Amino acid sequence: MIGDFFIPHAAFSRVVQEIQQWGLIVVSFTYLLGVVNILQVHSAKVQRRSPEAPYSIVLVVSLLGMACLGIFHDHKSADSPFIWLYNTVYDPLSATMFALLAFFITSAAYRAFRARSTEAVLLLSAAILVMLGQVPVGAAIWGPDSFLGGFPGVKDWIMDVPNLAGKRAVLMGAALGAISTGLRIILGLERAHLGGGN
Amino acid sequence: MDVQVWISYALTLFILSFLYKDNPLYKLAEHLFVGISAGYYIALAYQETIRPNLWEAVVTDGHYWRIGAFLLSILMFTRYAPKVAWLSRWPLAFVVGMYAGINVIAFGSGDLIIQLQSTMLDFLHGGMGAISNLLLIVGLASSLLYFYFSREHTGALGVVSRIGVWFLMVSFGASFGYTVMSRISLAIGRTRDLMLHPLVTAALIVAVTVGLFVWSRRGGGADQEIT
Amino acid sequence: MPEKPSLLKRLEFIDRRWLFLALAGSIVLPLLFPIPLPLYVSPMVQDLYDAVEALPEGAIVLLSADYDPSGKPELEPFHVALTHHLFRKNLRVVIVSLWPAAPPLTEIVMDRVGVETTYGKVYGVDYVNLGFKEGRQIVMKSMGSSIRNTFPTDRQGTLVTDLPLMEEVDSYDDVAMLINISAGSPGVKEYVQVVQSRWAVPMVGACTAVSGPDYVPYYKAVPQQLLGLSAGMKGAAEYEKLVGRPGEAMSGMAAQSASHLLLIAFIVFGNVMLYLSRRKGGA
Repeated sequence: MIGDFFIPHAAFSRVVQEIQQWGLIVVSFTYLLGVVNILQVHSAKVQRRSPEAPYSIVLVVSLLGMACLGIFHDHKSADSPFIWLYNTVYDPLSATMFALLAFFITSAAYRAFRARSTEAVLLLSAAILVMLGQVPVGAAIWGPDSFLGGFPGVKDWIMDVPNLAGKRAVLMGAALGAISTGLRIILGLERAHLGGGN
Repeated sequence: MDVQVWISYALTLFILSFLYKDNPLYKLAEHLFVGISAGYYIALAYQETIRPNLWEAVVTDGHYWRIGAFLLSILMFTRYAPKVAWLSRWPLAFVVGMYAGINVIAFGSGDLIIQLQSTMLDFLHGGMGAISNLLLIVGLASSLLYFYFSREHTGALGVVSRIGVWFLMVSFGASFGYTVMSRISLAIGRTRDLMLHPLVTAALIVAVTVGLFVWSRRGGGADQEIT
Repeated sequence: MPEKPSLLKRLEFIDRRWLFLALAGSIVLPLLFPIPLPLYVSPMVQDLYDAVEALPEGAIVLLSADYDPSGKPELEPFHVALTHHLFRKNLRVVIVSLWPAAPPLTEIVMDRVGVETTYGKVYGVDYVNLGFKEGRQIVMKSMGSSIRNTFPTDRQGTLVTDLPLMEEVDSYDDVAMLINISAGSPGVKEYVQVVQSRWAVPMVGACTAVSGPDYVPYYKAVPQQLLGLSAGMKGAAEYEKLVGRPGEAMSGMAAQSASHLLLIAFIVFGNVMLYLSRRKGGA
């Protein structure tokens, strides 16, 4: 992958292309590995007759049913059972799972966000200014045509200057970390991903 | 009324019932979600990657060497046979190596160099813009120094890294503000969907509430602490 | 007999379910009784719109739709407005997905916009949907080598070699712009790192609000890695306004405003309580 960046030769590119195809295939099979793991865990629960066993049965049946419909039947037509289940079960469940977080963030705002230090004051002030600058009601209170561009103007400045400085520092730090980890893996110094570190 | 609406609304309310407390309806919906999504993912991985790029490539186009990719993938499952479990490291090493190779270049040219280059700003000319540029440079340099752990943060380094923390805090505050916005948008989306058929929603809210009430009276969830 | 706690104390330790109810109210009421509010378009979204607007008619755009139903309220309105914009400008579009849950969402958007019925576009000539491919950054890199090899068939199983549009497209060098709608990883960050930085393809992105601040460095880079960026439902609302197609994002802004005010009130109340208890403790 690194060589491909520096060697713009057709023959080398063809080899890299094929390696990439192999990559796509191997990564796809990791899904199967994940499913085997899930099935193992939940069939063990059913065998132990744990109190959670009925839920595990629901999980295993829905997993196998959905997979079979998608693999052996039609996985793309709007009127197929597979897409019907996607729209009726997967879509609302997935969307609602994450919508729940709005409620917990509200509870946290009420109980946990306390300005106990200078750092916390800065964090909360920036958060409140951004929250006001982001919504139309902020612009209605202190509009973009007023001094400093109102809440939207202040929000844009926070995003473009102090936020940019902080995010750029994190980005550069993470980049250094990722490059060194990548090189350690390639050079064989880092083997934790293979398990056991030996 | 469409059965699809009833089922999707009921499942939505089962998940939302977690806001009252953990309960069997939520658990049912949660397990169904994991099952359906895992089933969906594996079907898509087969239909849109494994089938065209492996099966049809070999059978239709005669790319026989791609059978090697299949054999390499199968080695992942040797982990279930202790004697040959070590073979499962090969496909893993192959994939991790690929990502490592891509990342070294991607983070180097995509993040590190260009971000550094983009901070070479003029802070002497341009009025307010120059002040913002200066603040940006000071903010980036001090935030980076905060991440320098090879020396104790005392003296001048302590002061500079403290300034760095302030910039980082403002950037975390901005992220927090945006996160709030994001989560609320999702709740708005779900609420709007539920409002498309208000009668179904109302009927199901009553049903779920009665269900939870009965379950609660029978001692369900008595061990959960609610604050 | 124990002393009855004060109203403020009781409010401080209120059952969190009342807070949940307050949030639900702040969302439901503005949706039922919408209040028109002015919508300010931020420079990032204006730049995104201008970049798409500047593309010549007939140019080919690669659209990577990488989100799932959990990101729908934030990204689908943008996806709809963008689709209107792209086809109104007679651009040709190649659609791919690196998220398995995205292809059905893309099909719903194409249907809602009426790509074939309203804009009279022809599949295979004006647009193609290549579907999902697993492999994240490997797919991005592989498309740089050959899009046709990476996606030998489209979502319907048709060979890409049978699609006239795909005769003109085989790598990033053949597209005028890369547009990424992403709810996380793989998404804007990975496309910038793996694709934009190497092939220098003009790129714009739409992301969830959570990722918005993280991608600002790419928009502010010199030269720009992202020509424009839309974050969350607010970004989508701005884009809807620019395209002249008010939709779900714009109509959600009143609820978004009310909820933000509620949360800010909660944070302020919590801190006033902290201040009062500290003063009491110190006295």
